[in-house]
Amino acid sequence: MAISVKDVQHIASLACVEIDDEQRERFAKQFNSILEYFKELDGLNTEDVEPTYHVIGLNNVFREDVVEESLPQEEALRNAPKQDKGFIKGPRIV
Amino acid sequence: MYEESVHKTFDRIKRSKLNAFITLTEQEAVRNARAVDEGRVAGKLAGMTVAVKDCITTRGVATTCGSRILSGYVPPFDAEVVARLKREGAAIVGKSNMDEFAMGTSTESSYYGPTRNPYDLSRVPGGSSGGSGAAVAGLECRMALGTDTGGSVRCPASFCGIVGIKPTYGLVSRYGVIAYANSLEQVGPMARNVSDAALLLDVIAGHDPKDSTSVGEADGVCYSDHLVEDVKGLTIGVPREYFGEGTDKRVEDAVWNAIMRLNKLGADYREISLPHTKYALSAYYIIAMCEASSNLARFDGLRYGLRTGRDENWHTTFSRIRAEGFGEEVKRRIMLGTYALSEGYYGRYYLKALKIRTLIKRDFEQAFKNVDVLAAPTMPFPAFKLGEHMDDPLSMYMADVDTVPINLAGVPSISVPCGFAGQLPIGIQFIGGLFGEPKIIRTAYTFELNTDFQRLPEGF
Repeated sequence: MAISVKDVQHIASLACVEIDDEQRERFAKQFNSILEYFKELDGLNTEDVEPTYHVIGLNNVFREDVVEESLPQEEALRNAPKQDKGFIKGPRIV
Repeated sequence: MYEESVHKTFDRIKRSKLNAFITLTEQEAVRNARAVDEGRVAGKLAGMTVAVKDCITTRGVATTCGSRILSGYVPPFDAEVVARLKREGAAIVGKSNMDEFAMGTSTESSYYGPTRNPYDLSRVPGGSSGGSGAAVAGLECRMALGTDTGGSVRCPASFCGIVGIKPTYGLVSRYGVIAYANSLEQVGPMARNVSDAALLLDVIAGHDPKDSTSVGEADGVCYSDHLVEDVKGLTIGVPREYFGEGTDKRVEDAVWNAIMRLNKLGADYREISLPHTKYALSAYYIIAMCEASSNLARFDGLRYGLRTGRDENWHTTFSRIRAEGFGEEVKRRIMLGTYALSEGYYGRYYLKALKIRTLIKRDFEQAFKNVDVLAAPTMPFPAFKLGEHMDDPLSMYMADVDTVPINLAGVPSISVPCGFAGQLPIGIQFIGGLFGEPKIIRTAYTFELNTDFQRLPEGF
């Protein structure tokens, strides 16, 4: 198997998602079957092909740096579950 | 008059077994209808009932994306498409159910319970815009907005016997649309006939300076003007790769019958090849998962949405909120995307998929040198049973085989009903070149006028 239960745990940690033992087992199995399917891409030589990030050939879009109306602080904070003195309160970083 | 009809609509919704809505906006809809009746509100959609998929932001109305992680979130602004609906006087009836974060083909992964297919309550309505599809088919609104990242408008349109349009990438603003795979998704109209779908497209299409991926190429085009009954001289390409193994014989027959019907009406047809089609599904899922893993990193429970448990350090708190807030399919896609973008795998998966996207785009460009539109099945089979694919994600992904290439290429496609398998609707999609909406609308409209596949579900 390409991906072990331990790999699944590592990916979960990178993705910031806690998963339990039962999920680890199940995801390992499912990931292997999905990645096995993706293997068909290996058969196609794409060495000289340019990647397409966006279909309509986007360039940077600029606008004038003009001050516009923005949300009042109270409204901007309305959805934040934890707040303190007009700030959003987060957990400790370290 | 409008007010009475809005009341009737809500009576129907409240008695419904479909579970097509997550949030209803009855008061606002009634107020709107009354204003239209009294001549205080006018517009292209005046008094018309419209459902809005729940990944599209609505000011003052809960917007959950079908996810627990956004429970309680009430946006302080409207998506551009919602602002446009309001400007044209629409009566927005509510926020329609969907696969969590639009990741799915059945609307079963919604935290708010699955939606059911009005043609058979034991079956799925398709996804991810299944609430929108079921609501339109079940007469719970006149039209609806969905989003289509890999088929999420066209699949429920096909499974629920209605019309759905995936517009050219960039035609419709994504401002206020909660992103899943931002380089692939577009908002699209869903309705019971081509005229209503074209009308809704007229309202939502157009450049929006607030969305840097929106373009003005087709500004000024009136899609309703292309509701013309005429396919004479039109050449339809039939890509043989879309009739492959796994396609239900009844779907294949219905689609070919539709092509023959158009041929009788004066269109030419020829079989063509889109040679890289078989790589599209893998390329689509890799790109979508990679983009999802990045787009969904913003859901941390700090600024909005679910915030559970006691705070510990940042990583633990964040990871636990996401564990409780996201469902299985969302976790799977975020994790596979994270894996595919991680050191050592980027070239093998993400970059490779982007290169294949170039080849698929070229396939379409090549095809449209010789034909005006393409015709193919929307879905390889009719609506499946609830639970049928839930334990095997890969088998669910396979259902998207005929819809995802269109998103990779960015081209437009319209799905219209073209037959039945028993009582279950079958859809055909007409695909156009970039900004080729007028031609596919004309084709679909002509087909609709000359056939009789728009039938209400039994008992409706």
